[in-house]
Amino acid sequence: MPDIELVNMSRHVCRNMNLRIMDREIFVIVGTTGAGKTTLLNVIAGVADYKGSVLIDGASVDKVSPRRRGVGYLFQGLALFPHMTVEANIAFGLCAAGMEKSAADRRVLSLMEMMHIKHLACRYPHTLSGGEKKRVALARSLAPSPQVLLLDEPTASLDHQTAKYLRTELVSLLKRLEMTTVYVTHDLREAEEIADRIALMSHGRIEQVSTPRDFFFDPRNEFVSEFVGMPNIIECTRSRILTSGLVEVVSDEMTMVLPYDGGNIRKIAIPPDDIYISDVKPPGPALNRFTGKVVEISRYGSSVRVRVSIGKNRLLAELPASAFDELSLEEGKDVHVVIKLRRLRYVES
Amino acid sequence: MNNKSGRLQSAWGALPVAVFIAVWEIVGRFDLFPGQFFFPPFSAVVKEFYHLTVNGVLGKNFTSSLVRVLIGLCSGSIAGIFVGVIMGWRSVINRALNPIISLLYPIPALGWLPLLMLWIGINEMLPITIIFICSFFPVVYNTATGIRNVDGRYVQAAETLGASNMRILFKVIIPLALPNIFTGLRLEAGMSWRVLIAAEMVAIPTGIGALLMQAESLVRVDIIMVCLIVLSVMCLLFERVFVIMERHMIGKWSNHA
Repeated sequence: MPDIELVNMSRHVCRNMNLRIMDREIFVIVGTTGAGKTTLLNVIAGVADYKGSVLIDGASVDKVSPRRRGVGYLFQGLALFPHMTVEANIAFGLCAAGMEKSAADRRVLSLMEMMHIKHLACRYPHTLSGGEKKRVALARSLAPSPQVLLLDEPTASLDHQTAKYLRTELVSLLKRLEMTTVYVTHDLREAEEIADRIALMSHGRIEQVSTPRDFFFDPRNEFVSEFVGMPNIIECTRSRILTSGLVEVVSDEMTMVLPYDGGNIRKIAIPPDDIYISDVKPPGPALNRFTGKVVEISRYGSSVRVRVSIGKNRLLAELPASAFDELSLEEGKDVHVVIKLRRLRYVES
Repeated sequence: MNNKSGRLQSAWGALPVAVFIAVWEIVGRFDLFPGQFFFPPFSAVVKEFYHLTVNGVLGKNFTSSLVRVLIGLCSGSIAGIFVGVIMGWRSVINRALNPIISLLYPIPALGWLPLLMLWIGINEMLPITIIFICSFFPVVYNTATGIRNVDGRYVQAAETLGASNMRILFKVIIPLALPNIFTGLRLEAGMSWRVLIAAEMVAIPTGIGALLMQAESLVRVDIIMVCLIVLSVMCLLFERVFVIMERHMIGKWSNHA
């Protein structure tokens, strides 16, 4: 499978963008609305004009029409042909390539089986659910065996459960097909779950390209740090495996017990909204609960950020303004801190 | 339950027609209008319809009109779809032809009649040409609009799937423009009959329009009414044919495109 390279590419908000996507990689682009994510996919697919150069497998495709680029594209709106059945939609690319009817039928059948949509063969797109439509669109884009797959928010507008199921299937499929994939999403957690590498885009610029782990533990600038939720990075001086699935880590005065099924932990990233602050001692066992001092309080619209020092560690907590107003917090005051264990990320030694 | 309510609705729809015919019959039979001579009862019209059918007058004139409508409507629609597709597909051609179409489209089809009488003469080609003009412009307009309004995402999707321009046009764009094309065809199917009758009344000695004029000169209100009923049924039938065609071809998806 080929790699993709963008050299000084400019289009709309995207200005002089340089990017290299490795072969067989699942490369996820995240960013806010209007960052230029879809523009980037359109440029790679060749359905939008651009300046600069796009190379697929080392060869420039600037003068190659979209129909010859060997790119499968799952559009954000899916663009399933409303006048064709599911079967005809999937077969469209095969017929366009001049494939013999019997061979095309076999390929369509195998794709429908792979995507679990065989029972929908004769249905029209408007009769399908959101998840079914996504599967059909994916089967259609995979049908001509493209070298590169572009996916524009494939799980958007699906309920959480369906999105998760589809994502899991999609990742296993992409790994099996070993296909170079560019996947656009605005959901960082989704990106983290599936990406080999992540690129964060903002206003047409790429702020950082790195592995999911480096995004949290080594943000390149303030924007990236803000985008990933300004996680608190705790350096662990010691860690000890307690039982299967639990590990005790020590960082200065803080000793935490965490659910973790790996080796020794070197760093932990804790999202600020997973740190709970109280001015009275919270009930329950004294596990992952600490006493600290408020160092700084700052308001950001509907939320308040409170920086608390616990020994040498400084933690940033973010809480809704309404919750903050119920507490009588001020700088210098002692507070109780509880760390929730929902979305911790780790770096092993 | 649904069947029962459907039957009830049909009966409810037929009731006003039955009442209308009954009132017509009563007014005609009991001389409630200026005179039976000018307002024959419904039964007299039916009787005359039978008479005209049996002696072949209605059949001959009806066939003349039908052939003219079919030739004019088919050729006008085919030409209209062809030009409309090209205009919608290629913006260069649209820019070149649109000013001409925009200038000619508002002219009522019958407005062409004096000019065509001079150019073509009074023969079979005259009503056919009038119907051609009557169907051509609206179909061009609706087709071009339909083609232009096809969502660009479908074209992009087809391109990335490797389809050629011709394949995109015939397999994606034209099918998706069909709802618009059918709107034009449906409107003109009925209109072509109205235009034909007017042309026949003014200039052509055969056809339903000519029969109407002859009946008027003989003060045969019953024949006039027969012709009007035939005209009404044909307008309705032609529109209905396109509705059925539309439902058959695009009904499964058109409301969701």
